[in-house]
Amino acid sequence: MLRYALKRALSLTLSLIAASLVIFCVIEIIPGDPASYMLGLNAQEDTVAALRRELGLDASAPARYWGWVTGMLTGDFGTSYTYRTPVAELISARIWVSLPLALFALTLSTLIAFPAGLYAASKRASLGDTSVMGLTQLGIAIPNFWFAMLLVLAFAINLRWFSAGGFPGWDAGILAGLKALTLPAIALALPQASILTRVMRSSLLDTLDEDFIRTARAKGLSRRQALWKHALRNALIPVLTIIGLQFSFLLAGAIIIENVFFLPGLGRLAFQAITQRDLIVVESVVMILVFAVILVTFMVDLAYAWVDPRLRAGR
Amino acid sequence: MTLLHVENLSLSINDTPILNNVNFTINSGEILGLIGESGSGKSMTALSTIGLLPHGSSTSGAIILDGNDLVQLSEKDLCDIRGDDIGMVFQEPMTALNPVQTIGDQVAETLRIHTKTSRRDALKIARDTLNRVGLPADQFPLTRYPHELSGGQRQRVVIAMAIALRPKLLIADEPTTALDVTTQAQILDLLKSLVDEFDMGLMLITHDLGVVAGIADHVAIMRKGEIVEAGPTVQVFQELNHPYTRALFDASSHIPDRKTARADTPVLKLDNVTRDYPTPRRTLFGKPGYFRAVDGVSFTLNRGENLGLVGESGCGKSTLTRAILGLDPITSGTIEVHGQKITSQTTTARHIRRHMQVVFQDPYSSFNPRHKVARLVSEPFHLLDTPPADARKRIDAALAQVGLNASDADKYIHEFSGGQRQRIAIARALIIEPDLIILDEAVSALDVSIRAQILDLLADLSDRLDLSYLFISHDLSVVRAITDRVLIMKAGKIVEQGPTEEIFQNPTQLYTKQLIAAAPNIDLALEKREHAGV
Repeated sequence: MLRYALKRALSLTLSLIAASLVIFCVIEIIPGDPASYMLGLNAQEDTVAALRRELGLDASAPARYWGWVTGMLTGDFGTSYTYRTPVAELISARIWVSLPLALFALTLSTLIAFPAGLYAASKRASLGDTSVMGLTQLGIAIPNFWFAMLLVLAFAINLRWFSAGGFPGWDAGILAGLKALTLPAIALALPQASILTRVMRSSLLDTLDEDFIRTARAKGLSRRQALWKHALRNALIPVLTIIGLQFSFLLAGAIIIENVFFLPGLGRLAFQAITQRDLIVVESVVMILVFAVILVTFMVDLAYAWVDPRLRAGR
Repeated sequence: MTLLHVENLSLSINDTPILNNVNFTINSGEILGLIGESGSGKSMTALSTIGLLPHGSSTSGAIILDGNDLVQLSEKDLCDIRGDDIGMVFQEPMTALNPVQTIGDQVAETLRIHTKTSRRDALKIARDTLNRVGLPADQFPLTRYPHELSGGQRQRVVIAMAIALRPKLLIADEPTTALDVTTQAQILDLLKSLVDEFDMGLMLITHDLGVVAGIADHVAIMRKGEIVEAGPTVQVFQELNHPYTRALFDASSHIPDRKTARADTPVLKLDNVTRDYPTPRRTLFGKPGYFRAVDGVSFTLNRGENLGLVGESGCGKSTLTRAILGLDPITSGTIEVHGQKITSQTTTARHIRRHMQVVFQDPYSSFNPRHKVARLVSEPFHLLDTPPADARKRIDAALAQVGLNASDADKYIHEFSGGQRQRIAIARALIIEPDLIILDEAVSALDVSIRAQILDLLADLSDRLDLSYLFISHDLSVVRAITDRVLIMKAGKIVEQGPTEEIFQNPTQLYTKQLIAAAPNIDLALEKREHAGV
């Protein structure tokens, strides 16, 4: 088990290094001067030169890469060109919105998908199964920003249970923070839960057709016991894969929902940085996201090994 | 004492009749062999008894176990009976166990479901049961997972699960079909000794007459959902009253008429062929080890000769086949086809590959189901420099060679039966007129009567077209029936080779002797039982 974990950690560290190289090359080495790109077409020559100095573009590419990477390792992501504040501060403020939002949405989606998927699989081809499948179809088809606006209309404007947007900050208390994130989390969770339900159902159905389920039934387990004790754990691998992908997506892909609810999240920061051509922020945010994705992948890998002893053998 | 009494059992699934008025009885301590070809309804009889029929089944008649009519019982009552009064063992040991649970937990589960045993006590009984089925604690601790065991060992675990509560009736559905002959013999011995020890009834379902002849007290022969003949084993097999029983008996010991080998022109020549596979590194930067799958194999196959290659699973047969076909590189040695070397590293040139073709075990999965037969059969044309102008004529001719019609060329593969599919596979091999056909377990998945037909076809083709076969099989009786010479392979090495009859009559190596002794043989089994006075 430990060997498997170390092996996975090593291979993911290598991916992290590879990703940092790709990001660095795309932004800094590809033809075109980052400084003049950031300043736009009408920039003065001396302003560009000043920015080049500030960005340290005079140095060689390997030196700049080294500086960037070692800076990040010590928490120094550089200074944002547009905000004039350290990027680290910008990111840490946003990540405390995006990360809880992603976790909140993922928890909701898992809490909906597990029972729904189990129910649909255990009642294959019944009215209940067909209804669940129909609802998930709808959940995938509805654009989540539109669903978000419906939520705002119903729960913020009509019922006045939640505010329509904004984030009071965690200083205002955990409950207030969670309350502000509730509607966006629901909007984000709907399509994810629909996808996860379908994956859960089909994975369970595949597993229920396996020979070892028949063996379990021959031992005297009821259909239900066989589902819970033998099928569920075997069906988890594809479900874990999807949960991992969904978390990565939720962390960065919430831009539209963050905009609908005026949430200061990472997605919005990246979007603003791109429109303002603030390459320093863009490259740092992307790197943080890559790091998060790789961390999640690692956790999913560990979960695989927990579920399946064949992977623990380290093959 | 009558244990199980099946009376007028009829079954239909979604209005398709499956079983029709099946009647039989099993006494305690007795083995009933239920014999039939695929689709005869023998597995459905078993599933009816244990109450695990698929959706849409409707049953009539009675299945009386110890005074209870199982057909009338509710699902809940059936759950209480399954695993407790009736245990069941299935065909595929590789997939019959839950891959994410330890063998200890899986055996203990039978106890925990039916009795109020604590986990600790259940595991203790599981340990005893595993010991009893031949998996001692020092080599097979309860914490082992199924993937760490071989097929035969897994089947022992499945048997342990089925007998943990000492059921009155054990149902074994083709329990040894997926196993090697020596393992098969051990598992059959185990089942027999359990029946004697626990005074259980055993319903042994098989297609293999040899298996039944050795251990069953009574047999029932099934065909198309009906029992055509039943009675004491020795009597049924000696009298062969029913024409179907006779046909089965003849087909299973069928020997096709063949001319024996002739010219000494080598078609295939292997010299000291070795193939290593790397094994995973032990440490992060350590050297990977290697596993020698094929170890210094040398032999020559002459024109028109049928050469058998016999060995148990994992002995390197498949690796060797892939190497000869040029699908995998070899580590050292040489393979020559028609005097042209198959080089060890690069892909094999088409002009060499067109001399040989292959027929695999599973006639269905070796075809692309979306292509019509004409396209499937003509695939080897890719090996020619220019596709023949008379392609259609040659497709029709190849189909005619294997006893099919030209009109079959426009059908899809799912429209054919297993035997017909194997004929199509042979037609595909024949179409570019190769000198050598490798038959990799080519008749192993077929019913005995179909197998006899395919063997006749192969013998006829070899005689007429002067074809050479490399006939790979784990089934000794088939190899004996169709080959001139035989190679016995074990752990990557050829341990013995020579003319087939000579080897079968006077094996010199211990391993060959073991193989031949373990193979089910109807005549020998019956003779032995007559002597014993059973």
